[in-house]
Amino acid sequence: MTISLNHPLIKKSQSLIALFLLCLFISLLSDKFMTSANLWNVLRQISVNVCISVGMTLVVLMAGIDLSVGSVLGFTAAVCAGLLKNGLAFESMDLFVGFTVLGAILVSILIGLVLGLFNGWVITKFSIPPFVATLAMLTIARGLTMLYTEGIPISNLGTEFEFIGSGWMLGIPVPVWISIFMVLIVVFLTKKTTFGRYIYAIGGNERAAFLSGININKIKLAVYGIAGMMAAVGGVLVTSRLNSAQPNAGTSYELDSIAAVVIGGTSLSGGIGTVAGTVIGAVIIGVLNNGLVLLDVSPFWQQVVKGFVILLAVIIDKMNQKNK
Amino acid sequence: MLEAINISKEFPGVKALNQVNFKFYPGKVNAILGENGAGKSTLLKILTGVYTQYEGEIQLNGETVSFSNIKEAQNAGIAIIHQELNLIPELSVTENLFLGREIKTSLGLLDSSKMEAEAKRLFEKIQLNVNPKTLVQHLKVGEQQLIEIAKALLCNADVILMDEPTSALSDKEIENLHRIIYELKKEGKTIVYISHKMDELFKIAENYTVLRDGNSIDEGEMKNTTEQELIRKMVGRDVLIEKKNTNNEFQNTILKVENLNLINPNDKKRKLLHDISFELKKGEILGIFGLMGAGRTELLETLFGMHPTNGSYNLEIDQKNTFHKKPKDAIENGLAFVTEDRKTEGLVLGMDISSNISLTYLPTFGLLTPSKDKSSSKDYIEKLRIKTPSEMQLCQNLSGGNQQKVVLAKWLATNPQILMMDEPTRGIDINAKNEIYNLIKELAANQMSILLVSSEIPEILALSDRILVMAEGKIKASYLAAEANEDKLLKSALPE
Repeated sequence: MTISLNHPLIKKSQSLIALFLLCLFISLLSDKFMTSANLWNVLRQISVNVCISVGMTLVVLMAGIDLSVGSVLGFTAAVCAGLLKNGLAFESMDLFVGFTVLGAILVSILIGLVLGLFNGWVITKFSIPPFVATLAMLTIARGLTMLYTEGIPISNLGTEFEFIGSGWMLGIPVPVWISIFMVLIVVFLTKKTTFGRYIYAIGGNERAAFLSGININKIKLAVYGIAGMMAAVGGVLVTSRLNSAQPNAGTSYELDSIAAVVIGGTSLSGGIGTVAGTVIGAVIIGVLNNGLVLLDVSPFWQQVVKGFVILLAVIIDKMNQKNK
Repeated sequence: MLEAINISKEFPGVKALNQVNFKFYPGKVNAILGENGAGKSTLLKILTGVYTQYEGEIQLNGETVSFSNIKEAQNAGIAIIHQELNLIPELSVTENLFLGREIKTSLGLLDSSKMEAEAKRLFEKIQLNVNPKTLVQHLKVGEQQLIEIAKALLCNADVILMDEPTSALSDKEIENLHRIIYELKKEGKTIVYISHKMDELFKIAENYTVLRDGNSIDEGEMKNTTEQELIRKMVGRDVLIEKKNTNNEFQNTILKVENLNLINPNDKKRKLLHDISFELKKGEILGIFGLMGAGRTELLETLFGMHPTNGSYNLEIDQKNTFHKKPKDAIENGLAFVTEDRKTEGLVLGMDISSNISLTYLPTFGLLTPSKDKSSSKDYIEKLRIKTPSEMQLCQNLSGGNQQKVVLAKWLATNPQILMMDEPTRGIDINAKNEIYNLIKELAANQMSILLVSSEIPEILALSDRILVMAEGKIKASYLAAEANEDKLLKSALPE
């Protein structure tokens, strides 16, 4: 029996096979890779990018792009840490509001939502290309972060908060639980709701979707809002893992998340792709990062290798589409 | 001389040209006549190297030629001036003129002064009074057309094809164009001219070729024929469609449009539609006939809420006053719009049939209802005889006729009171056409009201209870089915 490389099953699980080969390759070169400590560590590191990338998947499926997620992560993380540590003080009214861990997290996610909605508003209201609108937000949110933190990390946020990033539950790291939860939410949105269906429709043919009576602006607003919220969730994970909010947290995270989406097979021109693909894409990037570190590849070479992997993934995807 | 010998061109399911022969002579204006869909555009595309796959032979001055792209056709001396101009508005007149054939200095840099001087020389020749540095976007349509002609002259074209060059020009601009054509003729250029304006053709053309349904029907000299005769040759074909029984005893007005106007979004001073008023009765099929550019599509679009800022009208649906700001408003008022282009406007091609059908009725936020969608799309697949292995088939894998049926299904799924259809049978095979005709008749019999826009006269005649004829953004005539015929429709549709 021969197995053709064009077999539909193989094509469908192409990225999974790539991931498997990658793991095999690394474990042959380094005996540290296939240890449970290392693998859990990889998953924990990946969870931040997974949260951001599932949000990004919705944006890209709609033929949009969100360059601001890294900065939004930075700002919401800073606010979360600031609220936890210092609370909110209104000196003129002699009022002080303290925040519980849950309270601070909810506020930061809300801020992520608001920044994302702002992106969506600019894009729909003024017909500004998403690339430009979110590029502006990238600078705005980073600037706000610097203003809020005055360039100084906000650290020592308490053990309760630290648990979110570093703790374990039922033998699995908490951040992994959280990212699984986020993935499930977005999978549900794409597979089971009309909202998800319309995201695909807009990405596939925006004009036909508009003529079918779909409220395109509402959908776009919601999608950019979700992308902002997911970035904020990522921010909470990063901050609690380090027990500190860094002013430059999240810098260039948008690139890793776009890479995960693209490696996962989602088309940048919209309409085609899955959340599951993105998760595999994020895992591939995470494993690759980890492997390169284990193999003592210099950080500079790591970037070069990562870049070529992204190119390779997109080229393979393009060839697959042509073969159809 | 440009000669075609037995040219045939087939698209999947359609024979666009069938053994077409013609001769175009130098120093003459050679007119091509034919209805929309007769094969004129296909012919032009073959002559200019856009379509490279065809049967038959093209001879230029006795030598067989075949072009693999537009550039090759240009180099051989064949240039085309399209109905829609192909200039880049943000570039200057000179930059447009020399696009792709820039004059360079010995250092390989652009030689602007030389190009501008050359442009000036050409403009003098065609009496175009425009500064070579002006941006194209500041020019009038007529001037832009002349730039295209200058472009053709620049590459020393011996054969100049013009596709409805006067459709957007004012009388004065037309006069100027005719004068230039006369000059070109004197220089021995071969002019091939497509126009729907009969009087114009009799003024400037020497020879004619009539195409109908991809066949060359007749050729000869303009001085030996009449307008009547040419129209008869253009449309004279057997009507194959079974005619709808109509008694015109419709009672209730479902749609009443008054004073509908549409401003041209690219030129706020001009209107695309002028003071259009009409009524549609319950169960009536109202045909809207007109040539390309008459404003039929724009009329439907305006009613469907696609021109909320440029369109204005009084609209009564079911005796209720209303205005549509977006398609959703129109859908909620019981309108459905089967758009002209199923690929760009009708379907999300990468999605399956069932998903496409349900796009029109699902709420913005809510759970999907796969089993309901499945059973309703299965019903439509059966009812409209959509040929597909299942309702999960991607629309991009369907044939044109079946895609069109999915578009119909998606709109029927909204349970419309009024179904607007824009060229519902364009580019689909005879069989699917007949099925769609029968469906339209059945829908009307079940009291749906239908606005049917079509360029195909037999289709309009067979299906309509009443026919409006549009030209230049106005309603020019209205006929009951019994009093309409091909001659009358085409005559009213020709621009003045």
